[in-house]
Amino acid sequence: MASYVEDTELRLGLPGSDALATRGSKRSLPEDDAAGDDSSCRNGGSGSAAKAQVVGWPPIRTYRKNSFQAMKVESEASGLFVKVSMDGAPYLRKIDLKVYKGYKELREGLDGMFNCFSQGEFSRKEGCNGSEFAITYEDKDGDLMLVGDVPWEMFICSCKRLRIMKGSEARGLESRH
Amino acid sequence: MARVEETGGDREENKEEETSWWSPEAVEGGRVGEGPSRGSRGDGGGDGGRPDTPPPPPYSDQVLENVLENVLQFLVCRRDRNAASLVCRSWYRAEAQTRRELSVGNCYAVSPARVVRRFRCARALVLKGRPRFADFNLFPLGWGARFSPWLAAMATAYPWLERVCLKRMTVSDSDLAFLARSFPSFRDLTLICCDGFGTAGLAVIAVLCRNLRILDLIENDVEDEEEEVIDWISRFPETTTSLESLSFECVNCPVNFSALEALVARSPSLRRLRVNQNVSLGQLRRLMARAPHLTHLGTGSFRPGIAEDLNVADLEQAFVSSKSLICLSGFREVAPEHLPAILPVCANLVSLNLSYAVITAEQLKPVILKCNNLRTFWVLDTVGDEGLLAVAKACKNLHELRVFPFEATEDSEGSVSDVGLVAISNGCRKLQSILFFCQRMTNSAVVAMSKNCQDLVVFRLCIMGRHRPDHITREPMDEGFGAIVMNCKKLTRLAVSGLLTDKVFKYIATHGKSIRTLSVAFAGDSDLSLKYVLEGCHSLQKLEIRDSPFGDVGLLSGIHHYYNMRFLWMSSCMLTLSGCKEVAQKMPNLVVEVIGDRPKDLDSDTVEKLYLYRSLEGPRDDVPLFVNIL
Repeated sequence: MASYVEDTELRLGLPGSDALATRGSKRSLPEDDAAGDDSSCRNGGSGSAAKAQVVGWPPIRTYRKNSFQAMKVESEASGLFVKVSMDGAPYLRKIDLKVYKGYKELREGLDGMFNCFSQGEFSRKEGCNGSEFAITYEDKDGDLMLVGDVPWEMFICSCKRLRIMKGSEARGLESRH
Repeated sequence: MARVEETGGDREENKEEETSWWSPEAVEGGRVGEGPSRGSRGDGGGDGGRPDTPPPPPYSDQVLENVLENVLQFLVCRRDRNAASLVCRSWYRAEAQTRRELSVGNCYAVSPARVVRRFRCARALVLKGRPRFADFNLFPLGWGARFSPWLAAMATAYPWLERVCLKRMTVSDSDLAFLARSFPSFRDLTLICCDGFGTAGLAVIAVLCRNLRILDLIENDVEDEEEEVIDWISRFPETTTSLESLSFECVNCPVNFSALEALVARSPSLRRLRVNQNVSLGQLRRLMARAPHLTHLGTGSFRPGIAEDLNVADLEQAFVSSKSLICLSGFREVAPEHLPAILPVCANLVSLNLSYAVITAEQLKPVILKCNNLRTFWVLDTVGDEGLLAVAKACKNLHELRVFPFEATEDSEGSVSDVGLVAISNGCRKLQSILFFCQRMTNSAVVAMSKNCQDLVVFRLCIMGRHRPDHITREPMDEGFGAIVMNCKKLTRLAVSGLLTDKVFKYIATHGKSIRTLSVAFAGDSDLSLKYVLEGCHSLQKLEIRDSPFGDVGLLSGIHHYYNMRFLWMSSCMLTLSGCKEVAQKMPNLVVEVIGDRPKDLDSDTVEKLYLYRSLEGPRDDVPLFVNIL
């Protein structure tokens, strides 16, 4: 099946910049503008945190869904903690992504924790200029991604953990931009 | 040959559905078959034509019939009864006189009047209304399946009615009141996934049904305005009751605890008690002390109430004293540190439902490792693959497993995967029924299960992200499901998901000869899939399809088979009005309903929702505006 091979191709552009036709061409249903594919948060780059949910899917009775509503509200209120590892550091940290408004604040926060960027200037898009570090993250599919490509809201809903890469690996990533 | 008969499904079918939590006794027994009868359209009954109503049989034949009746009353299984009723006219009459339990799988397949005319002495009724997809908001409100017309017919015809079990029907408070008033011998009421009633109706049942043995309310949508909640528990008469089973988990309103405690204290026959989440742990302990012979317990919240100072040891003592417990459920807001209190009963447990308990693998392990006799286990995916590994290690006798998602959304993280499924398949070789929600699955895991668990009767795998392939090979999930139908020869119920092509349906058609219920969502490439299934699955009774690229060609390929099925549901596929009309024209005993979310949706040529079912009665007369019967 060719359609999903393309989806899993590594590329540096903004995800979703190709038309969704590869998946959508299989059928032409009204719900297909929210056509399923493996990485969510892809639709239109609108930055909405969750993709449009289809009625009655997954097939769980409302009775059951409502039972956990209260619990989920609690956990949402309590933050979105992800692990942060830095190459060479003996232990990991955890940060709450919800307290940051955007990438700039995230970098500042990480700098405060790890003191990694104080040598270089900040850059919006790439890793840090002039420093040896790049901030990467693991997304829902387990892939290692460079932080900064997607809109912030999309990022926080797909980021599972952060990894600050340093040394030659980081420089390699930098030079591709 | 068109044979209009309400066949299909027997005891097993009811076990498959989500009613296994409720005792199956209510479901045994007779079923409304349609033997050769006068009033039918002439194509019922396959044993050749029968003459019209003959004169009454001579005296000697009457004696024979009486003898026959005495013999036939020992026949309980409805398949046997249906077969007996087809032998000859005499047997038909005798069987109709002695059938005590009626089971109607689709309330619109046959009318109350017809049922009541044929079966004169029924004592119990099992009635099902909406099909399963109605649970997922696919049927607009007010579609139908009301209990009232059935109640009206039975009130005059069956004054000695004792038992009623309804599934996915609409039952109002006044229905419940009318029921309570009409049947003095009434004993057992079981309502599953119904709606339309509230505490007012329950109060009347409590007051008037003096012989009540069973009141089981399971996953109903109980509606009450805030101000109108009635304290129905305190309405039971002050005298000793004959209650054996009381389940009201779904009635989510505050409970008058002292009334409940007093009720339990004066119900010496009570063996099954399932309370709602407004009963705290401390209160539960008191209830258990009042009813030490309970076999089934639904624990309510399983969390100490405010200002309740309860330590695990005290609670554990309550479980030590409940030596008869074999089934536990509830755990609605479980305080995990109290879970080990159930350890004393774990070795005896046959059923454990933790599907509302948000616990981790570490919290599950100490408990599950002691549950060596468990046959049925329902759990939340928060226990992860690690939790499932523990289940596989401990529960060698497991027959049914259900793993529900804590986060029921397509893009949730998902904590269980192919790893957990393989572990279960290795450890639980006797598995017969599985329902598994996940986000990541592989073909090899499903193949492993097909080889290890050859007793599988029900296989329902739901990969929540739509069109997800095997997460390692990136291939469609065709081979996995193919292996299931090939290797599990006893399979009668199958639900597929993930990225699927026409190929999987070819496998299902070729090997799934015993499949009675098939659920399809977001699958297949073309009409071929539907054609394969309808032409190949000879035992198919219930087919529910959503969001798949099947059109009129596929639909029309089932014309030879629809009379053998209970129903077909197709939503968000590629059907058109003309295709559906053609089916309706060619099959007069089929009711073809086109359902829209609003009445004006029915004007377009595309059919968003199709529900077709065989019926002896033709189009129903309670059709709402948003339904068009072709």
